[in-house]
Formats: sequence, structure tokens, C-alpha cells
Amino acid sequence: MNASAALEIEGLRKSFGKNLVLDGIDLSVGEHEVICLIGASGSGKSTLLRCLNLLEPVDAGRIVVAGEEITRRGVDVNRVRRQIGIVFQAFNLFPHMSVLENVTLAPRLALGRRRGEAEEQARVLLDRFGLSDKVEAYPDHLSGGQQQRVAIVRALAMQPRLMLLDEVTSALDPELVAEVLDVIGELAAGGMTMVIATHEMGFARDIGTRVCFLDDGVILEQGPPEQMFNSPRELRTQQFLQRIVSAHRH
Amino acid sequence: MAVEGDRRADTEVTEPRRSRILGALSSGGDGRRAVAVALLSTLVFLIVVGVVVTHSPGWHEVRQTFFDWPYFKASFPEIARAFLLNCKIFSISECLILPFALLLAVLRSLPGPVFFPLRALAIVYADFFRGVPTILVIAILGFGAPALQVSGVPTSTTFWGIVALVLVYSAYVSEVYRAGIESVHPSQEAAARSLGLTRGQTLRKVILPQAVRRVIPPLLNDFIGLQKDTALVGTLGAIEAFQQASIDTNATFNYTPYLVAALLFVAITIPLARFTDWLIARDRRRRQAHGAFA
Repeated sequence: MNASAALEIEGLRKSFGKNLVLDGIDLSVGEHEVICLIGASGSGKSTLLRCLNLLEPVDAGRIVVAGEEITRRGVDVNRVRRQIGIVFQAFNLFPHMSVLENVTLAPRLALGRRRGEAEEQARVLLDRFGLSDKVEAYPDHLSGGQQQRVAIVRALAMQPRLMLLDEVTSALDPELVAEVLDVIGELAAGGMTMVIATHEMGFARDIGTRVCFLDDGVILEQGPPEQMFNSPRELRTQQFLQRIVSAHRH
Repeated sequence: MAVEGDRRADTEVTEPRRSRILGALSSGGDGRRAVAVALLSTLVFLIVVGVVVTHSPGWHEVRQTFFDWPYFKASFPEIARAFLLNCKIFSISECLILPFALLLAVLRSLPGPVFFPLRALAIVYADFFRGVPTILVIAILGFGAPALQVSGVPTSTTFWGIVALVLVYSAYVSEVYRAGIESVHPSQEAAARSLGLTRGQTLRKVILPQAVRRVIPPLLNDFIGLQKDTALVGTLGAIEAFQQASIDTNATFNYTPYLVAALLFVAITIPLARFTDWLIARDRRRRQAHGAFA
């Protein structure tokens, strides 16, 4: 095992009832790497991310984050989750809280920050992502793109060492996708280690340091974006990319 | 002089209402017609009902036994004083029901096999106390508990009446809370837990605030029921409004005191309903206040 890896996954298995979703995932992610998970709907991308955050208990295998096995029995899941930020497709902001409250809730409760300190940090982050005029707004009154940026800031406020993004642009109107992708690009430029499930192939090509193709619960093929998109080795990968390209043409 | 003053006060009360209706009348063709039709049909209906009732063979006697002004005036002060006991029972019960029912609802929503005994307990509790008529619970506790003559246990009928109402209404209110908790989408819990919040923090800060907001109207509905059911404590002998009215009617064979008691109950429950509407509207306004969509 690579001791300097930010994230190490070995033989990860997960099924829901009789439905086997992850059938032995092996993946090693170095510091500052940006892994893009691609694959058809139902290939297990979301489930993998939820397992990494311990939102889903795994059936078998190990997950090691910064040298600590987080899948061992008796691990403090709350402490683990504080180091791993996750952003969901449907934003999942807290509708009864303002943007500022959404962002400061976890730092205050989970990290024990004082309100003033947490709010100051939140304002800096919101400002950085162009949301300084939305501090007092409630989620209902933000556009989808703004909501998703707030959700990213909310995860960042915990200062995670790893960010998981689960198809964060899939629920957005096309004209709002760019503003969210820009934010993610900025994070990547800042050296954030990320695992990103995405349908945006152009984005994966631009931002990914490595692209993994998930098929039937396994990582069928992985490699640098250039190689994956220009000369995929596996037939299944070729077929998947073909379908995506032709779908875009129509 | 006094009559003059009364009449002036009357016109002051009705003036704003009339102007609002007139405003609606003049607001546009379709709206004006709809309001006019509604007003006219209501008016015709009320006149018909009024004529039928006042021309019925027994009207003269009914008016004397139920709508007698001298009896109304005479019985009002004592019944109003007794009604304070209803308000006291209601207020104390409500303060106990809100947290107790919430505890029951939370117990019932605990996941996993570890908490099965607590979940089962909460389910049995809700089933039992929703199944037994309130008046029976009141009678059993109110007559039974003091009869035990255990030292230190209160013998006050009001005390046991309150205990019975809290037990029964907590079962109903816990179901209302539970519906609210279950209406909050699981993704909200996932989001909170993913940030490292504990189960308890998630419940307190994310799930319950959303759940409670959604169930305020049905909660109020239960509390209007509770306010009315305080009259059942009178069956134990506590002199509350209904019991006082019964005493008055038994002495005079005139039922106007019941009308007094009924009006007193309505005087509390209607403002309660308006207050809740106001709370909901305020919450909506607050959320929309910062709604500049840019």
C-alpha cells in the first residue's frame, strides 16, 4: 500500500438486497489528484461516493483515508466525515436556514467554532465564490447554480482533506452549469484532492488527472484523460463514449 | 347616552370590513360578480334559516330557555370565572404535551434493532391512548388515583384531569410530530450527517425544525380539541365553565348558561386559529424577504 495516498480503496463491495452494485473496487488516489468517475447511470458511481463518506455501510473491503482505515469497526464516523466533504446532485441545502447558517452550522456544531469565527470564515469563502450578496438569502430564492455553489462552500467550510462530488451539475439548467464547473476548477487549481462522478465529459477531460470508467460495479478501465477519451482500450469504454458523443450530437 | 356610544362603536367595527368587501367588489368584472353572488347567496340562505327557525312552533320556548338576556347577564360572571380553570388546565396540559409528545415521536423514529424496545413502547402507548375514550381515562385516573390514598399523591381532581389529558393528547400529538419528521426528505439527514453532525445534532437542528414548521396547523387543530376537552374534567367535579353552567341550569331550568360557556370556548379557539395563520404567514414572509433572485 502506498503510505502517501490520500485515499486507498481495496476490494470494496456493496449490494442493496440482491442487487450487487459495487463488485470489488480498487483505487488509489494521491494527494492533489482529481479523479473523474464516468459510466452509465446505475454503474455504481454515486454508491461509491456514498460509501467513501460512510453514508452507506460497505459489505466488504477497506477504505483508507490519509493512512487511517475508516471502514474498521468502531471508527468514529462523525470525525471521519468532517475530513471528507460531499456535494450532492440535488444540493440538499437546509431550507429553513439562510446561506450563512447553512455554511456555519457544521463548523459550529462539529468543530466547536464560535459563531463569530465561523461566520467570518464563511463570509470569506462565500465572497471567494461570488456569493457575498446572498449571505442572508434562503435557499428557495437562489438559482440552482447558486444553491450548488453554496453547497460546495458548506462542504469547504469544514476544511476537508478530500472532496466528493456526486454529479453536481446534473440537476442544473444548461446555462447554470458553467458557474459551478468554474468553482470546481478553482478548487482543483488550489490543489484540493477530489473524486468526481460526472456526465460532463469535456469537464472530465479538462480537470481530471485521471479518469475511471465504472461498469457493472468495477473500475473497468482507468488512465489519464487524453488516453481515456482518445484511445480507450476496452470495448465497453468505447461503446459508452460513443453513446455519449452521439447523444450530444442530437 | 350609553346607547349612542354603543351604536358608534358598532359602526367603527363594521366599517373596515365593509370597505374591504367594497374594494373586492370594485376590483374587476369577474371578481365583482363572484363576490356579489357569494354575498347574495349567503344572505338569502341566512334569511331562509332565520325565518324557518323563528317561525317554528317551538321557537318561543327555545328563545326563552336558550337565549334569555337576563339569565345571560346573571350567569356570565361566574361562568367566566370558572372558565379561567379551563384556560389553566389547557395551558398547563399544552406545556407538558408539546415536549412529551415530541419525545414519543423521536423514540418512534429511532432506527435499527437496538432501539426496537423503545420504538415498540412508543407504538403501544400511541395505540392505547388513542383507542380509549378520553372521558374514560379522565374518570379512571380522576376517581381511581386519589382513592389509592397514597401519601404524597395529589388528590386534586384538576391535577388528575390534567394528567389524563396529557396522556391522551400526547398520543395524538406524537403522531402529528411523527408525520412531520417522516415528511423531511432523507437527503436532509444525509447532508447533515455527511458534514460530521451527530444523529442528535441532525435531529435537533435539521430534521425537527423543518418537521415542526410543517405540522403547526395540525398541531393547532389538536389544541383546539384539547381546549374543548378541558370541559371533560368537569365530570370529576372540578368547577370549570361547563360544570358551572350545569349548576346554573339545574337551579333555574334555563339553558342560557350553556350558551355563555360555548361563547367563552369559541372566544379562545378562534383567536388561536388566527394566531397560527399569522405564524405561518410570518414564516413565509421571512423566507421570501431575502428572495431577490439575481
